[in-house]
Amino acid sequence: MLGQEQQLICVNSKKKQMCFEWGPGEMLVCETSFNKTDKSEKVPSCPFIYLIRKDVDVYSHILRKLFNESHGIFVGLQRIEEELTGKSRKTQLVRVSKNYRSVIRACMEEMHQLAIASKDPACGHQFSSQVSILSAMELIWNLCEILFIEVAPAGPLLLHLLDWVRLHVCEVDSLSADVLGSENPSKHESFWNLVTVLVLQGRLDEARQMLSKEADANPPSAGMCHILGDLMRTMPILSPGNTQTLTELELKWQHWREECERHLQDNTFAASPHLESLCKIMLGDEATLLEQKELLSNWYHFLVTRLLYSNPTVKPIDLHFYAQSSLDMFLGGESSPEPLDNILMAAFEFDIHQVIKECSIALSNWWFVAHLTDLLDHCRLLQSHNLYFGSNMREFLLLEYASGLFAHHSLWQLGVDYFDYCPELGRVSLELHIERIPLNTEQKALKVLRICEQRQMTEQVRSICKILAMKAVRNNRLGSALSWSIRAKDAAFATLVSDRFLRDYCERGCFSDLDLIDNLGPAMMLSDRLTFLGKYREFHRLYGEKRFADAASLLLSLMTSQIAPRSFWMTLLTDALPLLEQKQVIFSAEQTYELMRCLEDLASKKPESGQPDAQRLQDDIETTKVEMLRLALARNLARAIIREGSLEGS
Amino acid sequence: MEEIYAKFVSQKISKTRWRPVPPGSLQTAETFAIGSWDNEENSVSLWSIGDFGNMDSDGGFEGDHQLLCDIKHHGDVMDLQFFDQERIVAASSTGCVTVFLHHPNNQTLSVSQQWKAAHHHTGPGSPTYSSAPCTGIVCDNPEIVTVGEDGRINLFRIDHKEAVRTIDNADSSTLHAVTFLRTPEIVTVNSIGQLKIWDFRQQGNEPCQILSLTGDRVPLHCVDRHPNQQHVVATGGQDGMLSIWDVRQGTMPVSLLKAHEAEMWEVHFHPSKPDHLFTCSEDGSLWHWDASTDMPEKSSLFHQGGRSSTFLSHSISSQANVHQSLITFWLSTDTAKDRLEITSLLPKRTLSVNSLDVLGPCLVCGTDAEAIYVTRQLFS
Repeated sequence: MLGQEQQLICVNSKKKQMCFEWGPGEMLVCETSFNKTDKSEKVPSCPFIYLIRKDVDVYSHILRKLFNESHGIFVGLQRIEEELTGKSRKTQLVRVSKNYRSVIRACMEEMHQLAIASKDPACGHQFSSQVSILSAMELIWNLCEILFIEVAPAGPLLLHLLDWVRLHVCEVDSLSADVLGSENPSKHESFWNLVTVLVLQGRLDEARQMLSKEADANPPSAGMCHILGDLMRTMPILSPGNTQTLTELELKWQHWREECERHLQDNTFAASPHLESLCKIMLGDEATLLEQKELLSNWYHFLVTRLLYSNPTVKPIDLHFYAQSSLDMFLGGESSPEPLDNILMAAFEFDIHQVIKECSIALSNWWFVAHLTDLLDHCRLLQSHNLYFGSNMREFLLLEYASGLFAHHSLWQLGVDYFDYCPELGRVSLELHIERIPLNTEQKALKVLRICEQRQMTEQVRSICKILAMKAVRNNRLGSALSWSIRAKDAAFATLVSDRFLRDYCERGCFSDLDLIDNLGPAMMLSDRLTFLGKYREFHRLYGEKRFADAASLLLSLMTSQIAPRSFWMTLLTDALPLLEQKQVIFSAEQTYELMRCLEDLASKKPESGQPDAQRLQDDIETTKVEMLRLALARNLARAIIREGSLEGS
Repeated sequence: MEEIYAKFVSQKISKTRWRPVPPGSLQTAETFAIGSWDNEENSVSLWSIGDFGNMDSDGGFEGDHQLLCDIKHHGDVMDLQFFDQERIVAASSTGCVTVFLHHPNNQTLSVSQQWKAAHHHTGPGSPTYSSAPCTGIVCDNPEIVTVGEDGRINLFRIDHKEAVRTIDNADSSTLHAVTFLRTPEIVTVNSIGQLKIWDFRQQGNEPCQILSLTGDRVPLHCVDRHPNQQHVVATGGQDGMLSIWDVRQGTMPVSLLKAHEAEMWEVHFHPSKPDHLFTCSEDGSLWHWDASTDMPEKSSLFHQGGRSSTFLSHSISSQANVHQSLITFWLSTDTAKDRLEITSLLPKRTLSVNSLDVLGPCLVCGTDAEAIYVTRQLFS
C-alpha cells in the first residue's frame, strides 16, 4: 500500500530519537531527525513529526462517491445471499458485478472531466493518474467477471473477451468519428489505421462499410474490396441466440479459413498491400499482427485478436497458454511485464489468490480487493483458503477496508455494515472502533447509539450514555444528565445527579427541571436516590395542592422506608414543621411517634466532628432546629391524642 | 410510477430545503439548499434540479442536479430554513446561527448576518461559554426562533444584532425542534417526549402548555404543524412512531401510528395538500402517508354539476365537504387508519435519511450515504 506523508508540526526540540506511534485508525505518527528535502535546510536542527496515512484514497473527494455507492451494492449483495440459488444465482452475481463496474466507470468519467478542466497542471496530473488507476481496476474486474463469475464456456468465452477488449481499447471510436467526419474519408491519413483496428477488434460489419467507401472512391480496387468484404461477411461467428453446436461452428470456420488462405495464395490482393495485410490478420498471422503493435496497444488485445482469428472456440483451460505466449511475443524481450500484466496473467491462469495478492500490492486502496474478494467469495471460489491469522481472506480484506473507513472523519458510518458481515472478528473490531468516534452533538451520539443498540452492544451503549451524561453535568445541564443516565440504566450516575439536584434544592429552596422530575414514571426506580428525588418532589406537589394528609404520610414513609438519605432527614423534618403547625391535625398520634423516633435517631447519631468554630455555629442552628421540632411534635402529639380520643369516644 | 433521481455529492447531508416559490407564481420548485454534517469542512450549498423531466432518453446526464454555489459553514449544519427567496438561515453545532444571502447574478453565497454563541452552556462556576449545538430553527419573516441542546429558546429579528427575547432554561433536556403554531406562539419538542407551547406575549420562563407521551418518555425529534388546521401537530419520535396531537385538548397525543424502525428525523405535512404527510428515518426509509384515498367518491359529486350554472355553488359546498373530511382525518381514531395508504419512496434501504422537503409535486431528501434524491412527480 502506498503511504502519504503530511508534515504536521515543526518541533524545535533538540534532536530526539525517532519514535513511532500508532495513532487512531490508520495513522502512523512518527518523529524523525532527518529532513527529506533540501528546502528545509534553513532549519537544520529541526526534527519533524510526520503523519502517515495508510489508505490515502479514502480521503479523495470523488472516490467518496465510489465508496458510498458501492456500499449500497455490497449491502444488497449480502442481503440477497439467502435467496440466491441455481441459475438465477449466477445471473444475479453477474448483475452485481456489473453494478460495481458501472460505479467505477462513473467515477472514472467524473475524474476524467476534472482532469481536463483542472487548471493546475500538478492537480490535473494527479487526476489523470487516478483515472488510469480506476481504468486498470475496471479492466481487471471485468476480466475476473468473465473468467470467474460468468464462467463462460468455449465459444461464448471469446465473445466476452472481445467485448472486454472493445470496452477498454476505445480510441477507435474517436478515430472513427474523426475519419467519417472528414470530407473524403477514404483519403484520410488514418483511414487504413481505422479499418485495421476495426478488423483487429472483430468489428467486421463496420470494417466492410469502410471498405465500400474505399471501393466507391477508388474504382480500380473495387473488386478486391468486394472480395475481402465478402470474406468478412461470411466469417462464421457464434451468435447468442443460435442453436448450432461448437463442432458445426468449427467446421464452418475451417472452410471459411481455407477460402481466405486460397485468396492469399492466389495473390488476389497483391495489388493492395493494405488489403493483403487485412487478409493476413484475418488468418491470424502472428507476424502481421505483431506489425500492428501500435494499433493493438497492448498484449491482451493481441491475445484476443489472435484467438479470434486462429482459435475462436478456445477453451478456458487453454487460455493461460495463449496468454503467456502472447505476452512474450508482444513484449519481445524488450521490456519486462508490469504489475498490471502480472495481474491479468494471473487471472488468465485462474489463480484467484494471485490476482488478489498482486492487486493488494499494486493498488493504493483496499476498496478494490475487498469488494472483489467478497464477490468472488459469494461465487464460492474462496472457501478453501484460510489465512494463518485471524480469519479467512475475505474477512481480512473487509476488515482492512472498514478500518480505513473508520479512520475517516465522516465515512465511518459505511464501515459499520462491512464489520457486520465479518462473522469472526467484525463485532470485536466494531466495538473497538465505535467507542473512538468523537461525539460533538447529541444527534451524532444518537446515531452511534442506534448502531450499538441494534447490535446489542450494551457495554458501548452504557459508555456512550455515560460520556454524554458527564458532559451534561459539566455543562450544568442536570436534566439532560439525568435523562442520559436513565437511558444508560446507570444507577450510580443517576444517584450522583439526583444528589446534585437535591443539593441545588437545599441551596436555592426550589427545584429546577420540574418538567423532567415530574415525569420520571417507572424510570424513577433506577436508583434509590432518584426514587427519593421523585417522591420528594411529589411531596412538594401534594403540599402545593394542599393535600396535606397525603403529603404528610408520603414524607413520613420517605424516612421510615429508608429511601431518604440520612443526611437529608433534617430537611425532611423541617419540611414537616409547617404541617405540624397547621390548624387541623394532620399527623396522627402514631405518625407523630414515628417522626419523633426519626428525630431522636438523628440527634443521637450525630457524628463528632473536628472543625471547631464553623461546626459550633452549625451545631447551634441544628440544636435550635431540633428543639423547635421537639416542641412542635409534642404539641401535635397532644392535639392528635385529644382528637383521636374524642373521635373514638364519640 | 414516480421516478426518483439520485446524485452522490461527497458529503453527508443533514438538511435539504426547497427554495420557496414566489407567492402566486405558477413556477414549480427548481432550487434547493443542502447542508452537510460530520465532514471535516461543512458547507451550505444551493442546487438546481436538471431538466430531467423533459429530456430525451440519450441525454447522458439526465437527473443531474447542478451545483449553483456553496459556502463554508463552521460546524455541522443542524437545521436549515429559507427565510425568504434570497436568504437562508443555518443552525450550527457550534451554537452559531447564520443568515446566508444568495446573489443570483454572480451565483454566490455570502454571510449577511450572524449570531455567534446563540446557544451555549454556562459551566458550573466558570463564566466562560462553552458552545451548545443549535438544533432547530423556524422562520416567519421578520422573526427567527432557534432552539438548542442548552434548552434555550431565542427569538431573533432579522434586522436586530441581539436576540429580541431569550428564554434561558426553557427546557431541562435537549430541545430538538421548533415550529410556529400561531404567530406569537411556538411549539417545541424535547428529548423526554414532551411537546411544549410557548407564547412570546407572556413574560416569564414557563411554557403555557405541556403535552407529553405517557410513560416511556421517548424523545421527540421533529414537529410539523398542519398547514390549515393550526391546532393539529405531527411529531416523530426516537422509536419511529408518528404522533398526531390536538393542542386544543388533552395532554396526550390523539393518535400514535407505528411507523419507522428507528429515529424519525423529519415529518412534513404537504403544504398545499395536507392530507399527505411525509416522514424519513434513521432506518433509511422515506414514507409518503396518503390519507386521501377516499377522495374519488367525494369528488365524483363534484363532477355531477357538469357545466351548468349551479356548478359553482355546488362545487364550493362539496369542497367544503371534502375539507371537512381533512380536518377530521388526522384527528380521527383507529377506524380511519384503514384509509391511510403508505408508500415507501426510496428503492432500497441504506443509511439514514436525515432530511426531506416537499413543495408542490416535488420532493427532495438527503442521506448519510451522501446522496440527494429528487422526484418531481409525487402525485402522478
